[in-house]
Amino acid sequence: MARKKIKSKSKANDKAKKSVPAKSNGQSPSFWGWRRENDRVGVRNHVIILPLDDLSNAACEAVANNIKGTLALPHAYGRLQFGEDLELFFRTLIGTGANPNVAAVVVIGIEDQWTKRVVDGIKKTGKPVVGFGIEGTGDLMTIAQASRAAKDFLQWASELQREECDISELWVSTKCGESDTTTGLASCPTVGNMYDKLIPQGIYGVFGETSEITGAEHLAKARAANKKVGEKWMKVWQAYENEVIQAHKTNDLSDSQPTKGNIAGGLTTIEEKALGNLEKIGRECKYIDVLAPAEAPRKGPGLYYMDTSSAAAECVTLMAAAGYAVHTFPTGQGNVIGNPIVPVIKITGNPRTVRTMSEHVDVDVSGILRRNLTIPRAGDALIEMIVRTANGRLTAAEALGHREYVMTKLYRSA
Amino acid sequence: MAVPQLLVHEKKDTVGVVVIEGLKAGTDMLCVVTADNSSFKLKAKMDVPIGHKIALVDIKKGDTIWKYGQDIGIAKAKIAKGAHLHVHNVKTKRW
Repeated sequence: MARKKIKSKSKANDKAKKSVPAKSNGQSPSFWGWRRENDRVGVRNHVIILPLDDLSNAACEAVANNIKGTLALPHAYGRLQFGEDLELFFRTLIGTGANPNVAAVVVIGIEDQWTKRVVDGIKKTGKPVVGFGIEGTGDLMTIAQASRAAKDFLQWASELQREECDISELWVSTKCGESDTTTGLASCPTVGNMYDKLIPQGIYGVFGETSEITGAEHLAKARAANKKVGEKWMKVWQAYENEVIQAHKTNDLSDSQPTKGNIAGGLTTIEEKALGNLEKIGRECKYIDVLAPAEAPRKGPGLYYMDTSSAAAECVTLMAAAGYAVHTFPTGQGNVIGNPIVPVIKITGNPRTVRTMSEHVDVDVSGILRRNLTIPRAGDALIEMIVRTANGRLTAAEALGHREYVMTKLYRSA
Repeated sequence: MAVPQLLVHEKKDTVGVVVIEGLKAGTDMLCVVTADNSSFKLKAKMDVPIGHKIALVDIKKGDTIWKYGQDIGIAKAKIAKGAHLHVHNVKTKRW
């Protein structure tokens, strides 16, 4: 991977002032990010206060209130989980702390042992992390001790500098939401065009939403890099069909897939929704591996598939936990989702959504419907917005305070 | 190119998507096929909201509906060319 170090501070400042557009001359765009201890590059510099469990949310929020500029990530689980569900829970928490958009982590849990497991997992990245257990100490003393640690981390992180990095060091995820027929015509093909351009430049990509591939599973299987990966994908889809749909359906899924919002937007069937969804992987890309939820990719640069729910916050949380640093989110009817540590870029092609919900839109591609914007030009506009976002531009979701952090639960707790 | 009222993904498709707000019955729509930029005219039989679909041909009950050049479901009723096509007259073949 090509890397450029900052030559001098004045040069760095000059470059940082202007946005870096996608180059059409074959030269790859660069961005300014924070290189972490494990050599991954982040585009945000968060110090997070991470609760091990629901009981520790209050202490984490108190610490984040004490130390301005740190971020608590409250969530609803972490007690009496077991088996694969527990492993996914730990993978999500540790992956969140390990994400390169996070500079340092304070973990607070009700007891020491599982807290230590999360701390040790995050510590493998080499970043600063410390844990506190509440039992035997109480909320108030824990908050005091954790606040001191959080203050030290925050002041340390505030002096870290961005450096210029090749686009190949950016990990970009995608998932769409509140889809309608315009997503399949405009915003999803825009993301697909971006992947067709950036995957060959060496970025990591990922798409998922197992339930929403139903109806296009033959096409999704055909986009695997080879037969073995295609079979692995089919196994994941079939497991979803057997273990979730067939096991839990009461009549059929017509009441939830497509969603009420999808139907209002004109989508009629799950097949139609799936075909629009798949437009996000463009024309050329092939996925090189199939990941478990929140599993970090291990086969080098390229496009990956992750087995996720189609619920927006769950899916983006899992992709962030796998290490992705920027998320691209096509929407038709206007999904407002954000994530606490990963900037979520909203793209819409629906002119009514642009008109009625403009504060949520980062990239307006409604010109595609009027035929005055081509999909390749829309793809370039998205790449430019990805680079600007990586360089520090706050997304609509960040500015509006959307920090949805949602665990995927596989089954009931013990 | 003039702004179209209806976009169609593939030549093979039997439906198109309304891409303007406030489409009125009787509009002689400019329809563009995005795959090859070809165009044709079609009269809308009713008011149809943006994002919703219109049948490009007369469809019989039981016919497969084609969009993206793919099977997206089955007609539950007869649908006239130019009419609104949605959950009231089309359903999935999956469940």
